[in-house]
Amino acid sequence: MNVATLRAILTAPARARVGDVVEIRALAQHPMETGYRRSAEGELLPRELLRRVECRFDGELVLAAELHAAVSANPYLAFHLRLPRSGTLTVRWVGDAGVAHSESVRIQAT
Amino acid sequence: MRPLRRAALAALLLAFSASVQGQGQGQGQGHPERLSGFEFMSPATQALQRDDAQNPAFLWVKDGRQRFEAACARCHTPASLRGVAARYPAWDDALAKPLTLSARINACQVRYVPAAAFAPESDGLLALEAFVAHQSRGLPIASPTAPQADPRLAPAVQRGERLYRQRVGQLDFSCAQCHDQNAGRRLGGSTIPQGHPTGYPLYRLEWQGLGSLQRRLRHCMSGVRAEPYAFASDEWTALELYLMQRAAGMPLETPAVRP
Repeated sequence: MNVATLRAILTAPARARVGDVVEIRALAQHPMETGYRRSAEGELLPRELLRRVECRFDGELVLAAELHAAVSANPYLAFHLRLPRSGTLTVRWVGDAGVAHSESVRIQAT
Repeated sequence: MRPLRRAALAALLLAFSASVQGQGQGQGQGHPERLSGFEFMSPATQALQRDDAQNPAFLWVKDGRQRFEAACARCHTPASLRGVAARYPAWDDALAKPLTLSARINACQVRYVPAAAFAPESDGLLALEAFVAHQSRGLPIASPTAPQADPRLAPAVQRGERLYRQRVGQLDFSCAQCHDQNAGRRLGGSTIPQGHPTGYPLYRLEWQGLGSLQRRLRHCMSGVRAEPYAFASDEWTALELYLMQRAAGMPLETPAVRP
């Protein structure tokens, strides 16, 4: 499968107070094929993983994660962020076979 | 010996009454409490379904929305589809037979979009079905044999009930033997649910993807070593109609999560 983009859902509160801890949730659709499994015909299935997830707030890196073969299909990540100001949160998934996808959400500080 | 024998008899009687009680808990049709498969899941899997941001099925719903806006929005609005999934399978005049929701979406695709039909269980079809059925989440399933329902559905509902009670396969089991008589008990490591199709298409952890009710029923049939009916055949539609009648009044959960 050669997909350039993913289907992904990024969930964050639309508004929060400055200094509040907000929960960011990122769900991506991906098979996370390990590269160790074989098909019914005995052929080795090529590795197809999401390798890196990065989260940036107005361009500033706030979280990065390396994903490996033990992560389940359709990986879901949740983490917390202390909101410094209003801004745009962007999560970018990068993986094997040229996969790269970004989702953004605007968080309004009140 | 005699006290021992008496104790053994008492134990036997206890075991017998326990097994009778166990049978009483098989809440199929006619029993007061019908439970969705949701109630039989672990708290962790229930949490996955409760939270739309975690539920992986929403990836398909999101895709379905895009496909809907591209192909279907000329005729339909999401609001106009509220309640549709609760009354499917429904009668199709052109084909003069009942159609499941996915067969109806495919018919629409061929007749009005127009475009090539989706393959069974293909991502596009599942995504559209999930999006359409999600519009009815929380609504009660309509009985296909209610007075206001189409009377032409009745023969298919009866056929579905016959299929439901028909023993099939090398193991010679009917659907009713597990899901009516033994629901709530365990089969290997899993609890046997009552078999109410309240959340389809749903995300099954075992599949790591979205699947239709037909896919679930195919698994049941191969599980009892029976040959499944062909995809989109009338037998599935009849079974689905009977299952919807059996689950009438229960709220739709689409898109559900199941282990």
